[in-house]
Amino acid sequence: MSKFKKKNKVSENIPTSALPDIIFMLLFFFMVTTVLRENEMLVEQKIPQATQLQKLEKKTLISYLYVGKPKNTAMYGTEPRIQANDVLINTSDIILWVNQEKDKLSEAERDMITISLKADREVKMGPISDIQFELREVDARRVLYASVGKVQN
Amino acid sequence: MARKKGRMSQEVNAGSMADIAFLLLIFFLVTTTIASDKGILNILPPKQDPNVPPPEIPLNERNIFNILVNANDQLLVEGEYLDNTEKLSDDVKAFILNFGAPNEEAQALFNSLPQSLKAQANRDSKSSDHPMSGGAVVSIKTNRGTSYERYLEVLDQVKRAYFEIYAERVGITADQYRALSGKTAAEKELQDRGKEGIPMAISIAEPDKIGGS
Repeated sequence: MSKFKKKNKVSENIPTSALPDIIFMLLFFFMVTTVLRENEMLVEQKIPQATQLQKLEKKTLISYLYVGKPKNTAMYGTEPRIQANDVLINTSDIILWVNQEKDKLSEAERDMITISLKADREVKMGPISDIQFELREVDARRVLYASVGKVQN
Repeated sequence: MARKKGRMSQEVNAGSMADIAFLLLIFFLVTTTIASDKGILNILPPKQDPNVPPPEIPLNERNIFNILVNANDQLLVEGEYLDNTEKLSDDVKAFILNFGAPNEEAQALFNSLPQSLKAQANRDSKSSDHPMSGGAVVSIKTNRGTSYERYLEVLDQVKRAYFEIYAERVGITADQYRALSGKTAAEKELQDRGKEGIPMAISIAEPDKIGGS
């Protein structure tokens, strides 16, 4: 009994003066470690600018293809490559990839699948048209050329 | 015993609650990606059956607005060399709204247009007949060596011409027209009224292989 009494007298509240510091430490920890993207970008992405942008309503219908020069040029070379999810794929793999993406959608929505083509501005039309050819083959004909806004003159 | 314990901790210190809240707020602010699913929508043509040759659609040369972009990103628009794309959308607009030789249907369409758009009809017999299907087509042909940026720039300007026409038709600005989502009936109606009879006829030809990568 006496033991409890003693403890009661020692101090009433915890010192909180260091709490903001701890919280800021946590904040910085999360700020540093949080990955903003789900996919790690393996290709360079400098999205071109455009003025006539349209927004898509249904986000679930969008699948992303990233095209650009590989960041790791020692491993993948300097020619533009295609990244789907988090791997680099070849043009011939697009059909397979689109079918996988289509399987994720419900039956009715499959035809509405939209491929958001996030291509680097340095990419030439050659690879882009190859991709479009494959997309036509697999009947995913809605393509969104992702671009950022530009002030209209 | 129980009573004593109750006295021991009188209340939770709430002084740092604000800090915690701010922490959470900032955390979510940081982690939320502002979705930038914006871009230029393009519907690709259906795939070609190798056994069936593409249908021959007779189109007069005057009904096609040719834009060629070569491997050096130089533009050839209707046989003329262009340095930049600044005036391209105006040219495309003039081409679409030319109404050189409208048939009965197109004449009705022309009559339904607002005065500001009617005034833009040049009635040039060398330019497009009418903007309805079977009429004006904008053709963009690139090279495999053309940069994607340049291609998008050209496509952007062509789209701009169409959107400006649609928007002017319903009396709003092009920005407002593009922002229409078509979710509500009123928006859908505006959208449809804008493009009724004037399909976005942009033909993107297969790039040729000379000088490309």
